[in-house]
Amino acid sequence: MTQTMIAVQGLTKTYGPRVAIDHLNFGAKKGEILGFLGPNGAGKTTTMRILTGYMPPTTGTARIAGFHVVDDSLEVRQRVGYLPETVPLYNDMSVIDYLIYMGQLRRVPKVEDRAWEALEQVGMEDRADSFIGALSKGMRQRVGLAQAILHRPEVLILDEPTIGLDPTQVVEVRSLIQEIGKEHTVLLSTHILAEAQQLCDRVLIINKGRIIAEDTPENLQLRLQGGTRILVTVQGAPQESLLKRLRALDGIRLVTAGADGRVEIVAEEGREVRPQIARAVLESGHSLLEMRRAAMSLEEIFLQLIGGETEAEAAAGTAAEAPPEPAEDTPTEEA
Amino acid sequence: MRTMWTIARREYSRYFTTPAAYLAAFLFLLVLGIIFYANIAASTMRSFMMPGSAPGVEIIVNPMTTLLVFIVPALTMRLLAEEQRMGTIELLLTSPVRDAELIVGKWLGSFLFVATLIVIALLYPVALNQLVSPGIDWGPVITGFLGLLLMAATLTALGTAVSSLFNNQIAAFVATLALFLLLWLLGFPSQSMGGSNLWQYLDLSHHFYDTFARGILDTRDVIYYLSGAALGLFAGTVIIETRRWR
Repeated sequence: MTQTMIAVQGLTKTYGPRVAIDHLNFGAKKGEILGFLGPNGAGKTTTMRILTGYMPPTTGTARIAGFHVVDDSLEVRQRVGYLPETVPLYNDMSVIDYLIYMGQLRRVPKVEDRAWEALEQVGMEDRADSFIGALSKGMRQRVGLAQAILHRPEVLILDEPTIGLDPTQVVEVRSLIQEIGKEHTVLLSTHILAEAQQLCDRVLIINKGRIIAEDTPENLQLRLQGGTRILVTVQGAPQESLLKRLRALDGIRLVTAGADGRVEIVAEEGREVRPQIARAVLESGHSLLEMRRAAMSLEEIFLQLIGGETEAEAAAGTAAEAPPEPAEDTPTEEA
Repeated sequence: MRTMWTIARREYSRYFTTPAAYLAAFLFLLVLGIIFYANIAASTMRSFMMPGSAPGVEIIVNPMTTLLVFIVPALTMRLLAEEQRMGTIELLLTSPVRDAELIVGKWLGSFLFVATLIVIALLYPVALNQLVSPGIDWGPVITGFLGLLLMAATLTALGTAVSSLFNNQIAAFVATLALFLLLWLLGFPSQSMGGSNLWQYLDLSHHFYDTFARGILDTRDVIYYLSGAALGLFAGTVIIETRRWR
């Protein structure tokens, strides 16, 4: 059950001088719903496009179910279900024909039965013969989801699956994702904090191409409730005894161990706990390499996300993420 | 291979659901019919003055090559430009389909549709056979239609490649037509002024009128068209691959 389905190391993608994502490291286990939380343009779509084999990274590696996204691209694509943010569908096809076509492309055995099954899973079997062009946004989203789960992929990647939906549709799609998440590993991106909290087992907060926090939704909540963040780096991996010791300290709200000997500590506001932390590190037999107060970027992002949420509900957010699509809107002409 | 056929089948059947394709097919057959009628009428007039000068199959085959130059861009413009505009290319490129399979599948769909039109146009030689006595020479019909199919393979492959460069169908249409006209007229200057044979060799029409249309089957011409088709498919695949790296 603890098989690693997504493994990303040092993933970087640059578009000319612009760095879209910068040395991302993360992983996801089987049966996990991993959330990608961040404002628009943070690099969520870029990461997803790399994981689905749509485009190669500039540097770094990513593996899906053990397969390299560039070297074993076809194997990866066979194992990944993907719902792009724009939900691309063929408007001139009927729902069922579309699913059968996509199933054939992915060599799904008994494709017709499977297409009907997927359609049932998203609750659209009564619209099987409708033309996709005539469907509402919520229904298109569901057809997109059906398409993504069609070949029973081990990993499901959903880019902003609830964007642009009305509140009832949002609820429907979210429960659908929860249902699907029981069988598949799901990576979903969102810029709505509440959604990530509701759906995900673990959340990555990403901003400007970097992961700035990675935790369970509950812990994130704690970390975001103000307080002072202190980053400690010790030599080697931090022992459990150290974490226990730190948690036991007065005025410490949360202790999380990160990669490369980093430990993130959230202390109550206005209390000087650094001497105690330093002592605890040394006494537990670690060498202290670095200790500093972290910038409050998490809170800034948090505010942005809160802002994004209300904005999204008002405008049913349509802003596209990088890379910029070729402009479709014609410049306004003057008479 | 199987996914390639899946894509080809989808493209082929799609032509039967889009009005633009019907319009192109209609115009192709209509114009061909008008030219055919005009030629028959002219020959009838001529036969009063010069008995025994019955028209050959060239009155059907030659105009068809010209028509292909204009019809094929309209039929291939959508192939990849539409996918790229709608974003559905993202689904295709994240499906377990090789880039080459995608391009070849797209090309095959359009080629088979054009081939269908060419086969329908076989009705004209059959009609001509009824009109002239003692019937027509079927040799040039066979080589002529074979040549047409080969030329269609080249043109659709080049059209597929050009379509993969664009997000806009109209831009793809214009660019494809420009490319075809260029290839069509390449040998023209050297024909009238002497000059290098290279241009003539690259000329699209040169390989048709002097051989296929006259009932001659020359392997050089077959190779020319086949390599043209291969080049188009290769270019299309490379273009799609480089799109990923942008």
